[in-house]
Amino acid sequence: MVNTALARRSSPLSLRVIFGVLLGLLVLSFTLGTGAPAAHAATSDVCVANAETGCFTGTIKGVGAGVKLTIDGNGLNVPAETDEDGKWNAAVTVAGVYTITLDEASLPEGVTLKGDAVQERDITLGFVKATIFAVDGATGDGADNGPTQEQIAAEGFNWDRLAQQVVSGLRLGLLLALASIGLSLIYGTTGLSSFSHAEQVTLGGLLGYTFANVLGLNIFLTIVIVVILTGATGWLQDAVIWKPLRKKGLSLTQMIIVTIGLALALQYTFQMFYGASTVRILMKNPDTFTIGPVTLTFESLWAMGLSVIVLILVGLFLLKTRTGRATRAVSDNPALAAASGIDVDRIIRLVWVIATALAGLSGVMLGLVLNGINWQTGMQLLLLMFAAVTLGGLGTAFGALVGSLIIGMTVELANFVVPGDFKYATALLLLIIILLVRPQGIFGRKERIG
Amino acid sequence: MDMWIKVLYDMSANMILPTTAAFAIAAIGLNVHFGFTGLLNMGQAGFMLIGAYGFAIATIAGWPFWAAVLATIAAGTVFALLLGIPTLKLRGDYLAIVTIAAAEIVRMIGRASVLNDVTGGSNGLPGETFRNTFSVLSPFPDGKTAILWFDFDNTGVNGWFIRLVAWSLVVIFAVLVWLLMRSPWGRVIKGIREDEDAVRSLGKNVFAFKMQALIIGGVLGAIGGMFYVLPTSLQPDALGRNMTFLIWTAMLLGGAATIWGPVLGSALFFALRIFIQGTVDILVPDSILNTQQTEQFSWIMVGVALMLLVIFRPQGILGDKKELNFNV
Repeated sequence: MVNTALARRSSPLSLRVIFGVLLGLLVLSFTLGTGAPAAHAATSDVCVANAETGCFTGTIKGVGAGVKLTIDGNGLNVPAETDEDGKWNAAVTVAGVYTITLDEASLPEGVTLKGDAVQERDITLGFVKATIFAVDGATGDGADNGPTQEQIAAEGFNWDRLAQQVVSGLRLGLLLALASIGLSLIYGTTGLSSFSHAEQVTLGGLLGYTFANVLGLNIFLTIVIVVILTGATGWLQDAVIWKPLRKKGLSLTQMIIVTIGLALALQYTFQMFYGASTVRILMKNPDTFTIGPVTLTFESLWAMGLSVIVLILVGLFLLKTRTGRATRAVSDNPALAAASGIDVDRIIRLVWVIATALAGLSGVMLGLVLNGINWQTGMQLLLLMFAAVTLGGLGTAFGALVGSLIIGMTVELANFVVPGDFKYATALLLLIIILLVRPQGIFGRKERIG
Repeated sequence: MDMWIKVLYDMSANMILPTTAAFAIAAIGLNVHFGFTGLLNMGQAGFMLIGAYGFAIATIAGWPFWAAVLATIAAGTVFALLLGIPTLKLRGDYLAIVTIAAAEIVRMIGRASVLNDVTGGSNGLPGETFRNTFSVLSPFPDGKTAILWFDFDNTGVNGWFIRLVAWSLVVIFAVLVWLLMRSPWGRVIKGIREDEDAVRSLGKNVFAFKMQALIIGGVLGAIGGMFYVLPTSLQPDALGRNMTFLIWTAMLLGGAATIWGPVLGSALFFALRIFIQGTVDILVPDSILNTQQTEQFSWIMVGVALMLLVIFRPQGILGDKKELNFNV
């Protein structure tokens, strides 16, 4: 299967020079990021409960943006306004009883309040208190439910809803696939389950915010820059951390813990530079369109299209090019690949670059599709990625693709069977069941499970 | 100068916090898993969370204290069984992924709004709803007592009583683990860590031994979780993935596969983090890093420390490199 004529190819030196320059840019972007949170805070700042802050929060289904509320009490008067999903939140700095008043005049036309417009709630600092205002006549479920949005328990089955959920599932699956193919390639070539891969996704999203929102660049240009920069972080990581550690002979378990340490460090780095709130890549509210029963944002549509194109390109690269074949050869058997003249280290370096670049791309598009990104967006998806990779068979790139689509569908379709809160849990349960029944995954081979 | 004294005070106060003791108990449990048996458990926070829920929900349902403690132990045991059956026969990194996934499932179920009446949803359960059955056991009179430079309530939320109980348990569990590990059972367990096949060829049921170790460490995690929420409150998100990673850091810092490593590691972990935060806070002006950022900086350093520790000194402070097996 491995072509023995795969001789060592000259290393793409010019590529490295470009990466070197871009690393400088990366540092610059971080510096820019430092000043950013205050000046460019997104419209939908999410309240984060901590020792000094308590959060009132709620979702008024289907009313859209612009419904006004006031939170009054303990010498504070905090205004709040719903965002396009009907979500609102408000931070208070004193514990105690507050009166929450919904301004009925700000409700959209045709929507009426079912219960009281004034509610009293007691809050303790460090806690989030949900307050429900029930309304009549709202436009139903928001159009574009991304995975971070809560969905109320299954309201029964109908074909329209199925179609919408299938498309949402496909969208999540495609974005997941972009991220998890990299995870799978890294696992395949080095045996490492990289826990810091999630932070590469977050990095992509936050860099997208930096360039598109803070610096105001065109979104497509932003995507190109983000992909190059995140790819550069992969190159840098392999050069500074992973290659020396492989040479040092560190065991895989140690390496896994190193990725965990890196993930922790990166998460708090993101928080330090970007704050804990959710930021938006594009400031304007997304436009939607409807085909039959399915309503999507335009961002979702082209994010899905772009994912498909990139996934096809990655597939062609792995199947048709010499380097791609060499990558699969290293996945199969590194020693044999090295013996047949493949520069294993160069392939692994390339895999790190591809993996982190794809993760970064996935991050930007997640930020667009979910209409917001924060320091833990990637972390919330990490286990879904692992589930997808395990389901497809650890280390098989195409398995990761199929696994991602199945996991994406599972997450979105789980709503029909279980309450919305449990949709991620369902995917993780699926992961455990797969390990029970077929631990090598769909495309994996038995000997991998050891 | 005052600022430095405050840092020193904060460091020492953090070392003797009841939550630090709880953390140490969970780390002792993780050490049974990883240090002695070689199981890559990445879901120790899940054991803590399920133990905490067991205690809190049972107490709120009106169970007496000791029955609630039994509920905690039962919760840890059942969780270990559920996790172990599918995964203990698989390779190590599968166990890692399954344990982390299972811990997340517990957290997601716990914070689901459907279960608001039972688990309190994402707000969790406030400490005062389940703390009383424990507090009334205190033999101490009301009032405050000062020992050294510490001045705490005798019985209050964060008082001497819970500190005494939690740290006594740390010592008891450490001694128990020491006794266990020098018993014939412990030798089999360490044998499994070194060479599973060799132990199997001696006719030992490796799966059963691993399962027993998983249960013992898991129950310690559950009890740790119970003591973690007693002086604070039960918030599912506080016992998430990062908690597991911090326990790993503490265990590796002190020394895996040693008796006192997890304990020393836990105390040092909190003290060092406060030290970094305090030092940076004093030395770096607010215009460069504000107070919140210094805290985040200290957590970044925790991540970096974990990396450096595993790379350059995997045996930690007290450990012996030969006792470690990272090739699970």
